[in-house]
Parts: sequence; structure tokens; C-alpha cells
Amino acid sequence: MIKRLLLLLLPVLGLQAAPLNIVIDRGVENAIPIAIVPFGWSGPAGAQPIDMDLTIGNDLARSGRFAPLPTRDMPQQPTAFAAINFKDWRLLGMDNIVIGNLQERADGNYEVSFRLVDVYKGTQLAGFRIPAGRAQLRRTAHRISDIIFEKLTGIPGAFDTRITYVTVKELPNGNKRHSLQVADADGFNAQTLLESSEPLMSPAWSPDGKQLAYVSFEGGNSSIYIQDILSGRREQVAAHAGINSAPAWSPDGARLALTLSKDGNPEIYILHLADRSLQRITRNRAIDTEAAFSPDGAKLVFTSDRGGSPQIYEVSALGGTARRVSFGGSYFARPSYAPDGKSIIMVHGKERRYRIAMLDLENDYLDLLTETRLDESPSFSPNGSMIMYTTTRSSGTELAAVSADGRVHQRLALQDGEVREPDWGPFTTQ
Amino acid sequence: MTKKTFIACLLAGLLSACATAPRQDNGAAVEERTRGAGADGRGRDAATSYGAGSDSPGGLSALTDPQSPLALRTIYFAYDSSEIQPQFQEVIEAHSAYLLAHPQVTAVLEGHADERGSREYNLALGERRAQMVKRLIALLGVPNTQLRTSSYGEERPVADGHNEAAWRQNRRVEILY
Repeated sequence: MIKRLLLLLLPVLGLQAAPLNIVIDRGVENAIPIAIVPFGWSGPAGAQPIDMDLTIGNDLARSGRFAPLPTRDMPQQPTAFAAINFKDWRLLGMDNIVIGNLQERADGNYEVSFRLVDVYKGTQLAGFRIPAGRAQLRRTAHRISDIIFEKLTGIPGAFDTRITYVTVKELPNGNKRHSLQVADADGFNAQTLLESSEPLMSPAWSPDGKQLAYVSFEGGNSSIYIQDILSGRREQVAAHAGINSAPAWSPDGARLALTLSKDGNPEIYILHLADRSLQRITRNRAIDTEAAFSPDGAKLVFTSDRGGSPQIYEVSALGGTARRVSFGGSYFARPSYAPDGKSIIMVHGKERRYRIAMLDLENDYLDLLTETRLDESPSFSPNGSMIMYTTTRSSGTELAAVSADGRVHQRLALQDGEVREPDWGPFTTQ
Repeated sequence: MTKKTFIACLLAGLLSACATAPRQDNGAAVEERTRGAGADGRGRDAATSYGAGSDSPGGLSALTDPQSPLALRTIYFAYDSSEIQPQFQEVIEAHSAYLLAHPQVTAVLEGHADERGSREYNLALGERRAQMVKRLIALLGVPNTQLRTSSYGEERPVADGHNEAAWRQNRRVEILY
């Protein structure tokens, strides 16, 4: 009577997914004014492959720290330093302008050059010439954004980075399709790495940005896989009885912290990837899960309800006695360290709202970063300036980001379906 | 599934529960119930097409009788709790009695959570709920070999809403034969 359906599960390469659409809800008031002038184009008329200025401007606006000037308000559109009329720009109150050129070369590749100019001093703050193939032009724009961001804020930019997340789409027949995707940090170039009719959870970047660890239910139970992003090759690394979940990489990429309940209840283990040996870290009758390594690899932070409610604990990565670090609430979960190791972000449940909170480990100050009611899965950008997370509203589940100081909020809305469990990838190695 | 059983299931509001007839938990069965694209938590079991009353261990009549307490196969839980509420005692006793009478039958206790809070913690919470049900059934004399637990956390909601009405239905343990 009922046709048996086949398990739909395929590592997919190069499959273009729907881009995320970024909406900035609220930014800072004292954003730095900047003008990104449309780049000059040397190549066939009308065949310009990318609007460099728009991509860079969107990056900078997205950070909340910059207020790019709309093109129509620009007094001139110079493409060479000598052509800049500094008086006009000073009158507009522009602190900095960016000018540049995009050139198509005889071999079909491109050359991008740009200058970041201090309008008041009339000097160049940075200038680069970057060769790029057509496919790398967006990335080149993100790298330029990174350079501008670092020059003007002192913080390394994280625009030329990638994110991974899980999407869930309901098909017309009522079934659900789960997919594991990676995209640029601005939501473009989304690619599907895996599709499954069964749930996928907890994607986590390896520190070198080449692999993802994640949880898949394709075998009828949770199990942990590591997948190579370029080749799509995947390997099951944990499939014990009970739950296999919450994979987290050590900073050196040699170990994977995970949660297994094979011995009766959920405990934290460390899987040594070289010899596949398991090292048990926690030992008690409560739930211990969601471990994350400290940036120096020496400690783990995790969730446990050993005290009667879910709280955050810290323990040596060699095991031993855990120390509770969250206080003053009845629900703290899914912790991870800031890249500098000085604070921990987590989910905090209070008065039936679940929000993203940051705990300063030096003075025990707890800061609530979000104002929504169903937030989860916070993940730091590699420069520590932003946190991406999942938020659920009546319309569905989507990605959002907030600055580490809680002032800049943005939503990354996908066209349809749910988007969840973002993990922000590492700095890209050049 | 016969038409008559199908209607009986509809009447009991338990279509998905009835779609899966009892089966033994052996290697072959895993092949049979390849969890297919019908993966929204309800439709999933519909991918397994057993004929009721045949090709399955004994005792089917009790399991498919909508009047039987065995027709109730879901235990619901309070928020962030794995305590079994008194109103589900009868359901658990009925399933325990059934399992005692049919030692060849294995039950899978599948734990679930609502969407609030973190996903991995909810996966653990779902497992703890399943284990609480398992412990109670075992206390009533059913050997552990007849019981298996699993957890899907918040990954397989039966109700998709983002409100208490949906959450109440999602905090559950399903008893699957």
C-alpha cells in the first residue's frame, strides 16, 4: 500500500543553494562615515563581473561600525588618487574614501587595485594590487573589506570567512529535507555539502577550515561524521549505542570533544583522531554535553545539570574536577569561548525566554546580548567581534548576528525553509 | 494494512502508530525499515509497509485494538522534566504487561524534547526521558533485552508551532514496536 521510500542522502559538490538575504535591524549611532567609490573598469563595456564597491560597502555596513555613503550622494567618482577633490569630500564629513580599479587582463583573469584614503590628511592609508580569477572576485572584495576594517578599527576583519549551518525545508509531500551548507560570511555562495531525509545537527569547522564534523541521524540513531569540504569524502567517527553528539574540535585539530551516552548517560569524551582512542572526561549520573575547547586547548567548557539545572562548567582537557562558572539563573547551555578566551557565550533561559548571553570570565559579569525569545547556537566570528546565532520567531527559524558588545543586530533571512545552527569558520589561510 | 485496520487507526487518531506493526529488533528488520524520505516524524513510519496481522510476531490484535490502552503509545512530559506523570502510569503498565506476555517483542522508546533551549542538551534530555520510561517498564519485570532507547531531541517535532500548544506535544516518549 505504501511505497517504500529510499533514503535520500548524498554528499553534494558545487550545488548552489539559495543565498541568505541580510537585513540590518539596528546599528551603532557613531558609525564611521566612509565612501566606497565605484571602481573603474577596464574591459569590455557592460561586462563588469562584479560591483566591487557594493560588496565592500555591504560588508562594512553589516559590521555596524561603518556608514557607507550612497553612490548617488557622492560629489565625484574618482578612480585615481590624483583625481580626488579632497575639499568636496571634507565638506561632506567623509573621514575616508576608497577608490579602485578592476581590470580584465589578456589571459582572462582580473586585477583589482584599491586605495584607502584619509580625506583630512590627504594621504593613502593602504593600497593593494590583487590578481584574481573570476571566481575569486567576491573573495577579493571581502579581503579588501578586511584590510579597510583592520586599518580603521584596529581589529582584523572577518569578512573573508565562511559559515556553515543546517537548513530544513518542508517538501510539497510533507517530508523534510535537511541539508548541511557552507556559505561566505555574507551569505553568498551557499553550497550544499550533504542532504538527508533524516536530521542533521551541530556542524563544526575544523581549525584549518578544511573539514566539518557534524551529527547525522541517517542510520536511525545519532552518529558523528567528519567530512572533507573540497572532496565531499566523509567518514563516520562515532556511532556508539545511545547518543553521539556535540562534536567540537581542539585548536590543533587533533582531537574532537564529543558527547556519548554509551556508558549509560551523556558524558564528555575526547576522541584522539590519530588513533581513534577515546578519553573519558566527565563521570557522573547527570547530563554532561556541549563541550568546547578553550583557545589554548587546555580547558573544556560544557553544559551539565549535575546541580539540578543546566549550568556551565569548566574542566581541564585532561579531565579532573569540573568548576561551575555560571550562576544566577536556572538555565545556561551551549557554551563556547571567545577567541581571546576571556569570555564565554551561551544560551541563557530566563522567564521562559532563551537569549544569547556573554559571561566575562575576568569579572563574572553576565551580559544579555539579544532581546528575542528563542535564540540558540551562538558562534563567535574568528575576530571575536560578532556572534552568529539562530533565532526563532513565529515566521520560522533564521540566522542572526549581534556584535560582541550587543549594540549591532542583524538578521540573515533565507528565502524559505529553516536555517539553524551556524558555526563561523576560522580565518582563511591565504 | 487492511482497510478496516486503517479506519480503526484513523478513529483512534493514531495513524502513524498503527502504520508500524510489531517487529523484532534484529538485523534484518533494520534493512526493512530504512528510514526513508518520510522523515517528518509522523510520516516516517509510514515508509514501513507491513501488513497488519501477518508477517509479524504474535499479539497483534491487542496492539491494533484502538480500545486497548496499548493504543496509547506516547508519554508526555513537563518542561525540562523527565518525571513520569501519574496519568501515564496506566499506559506504561499496559505496555509492560504486553511485553511480559510477548517476550519475543522488542520496544523502542524514542525520546523527544521541545525546541526551547539548546539542541544538544535537548538530545540528552530526550534520552533521559526515554530511559525513565525504560526504567519503569523494567521495574514492572520486563527484561532489558526487550527494551531499547533512542533520542531525537528536538529534531523530530510532531507539532511545528513555536508555542506552548506545540511544545506540549513535542515533549514526549514514543513507544514503538
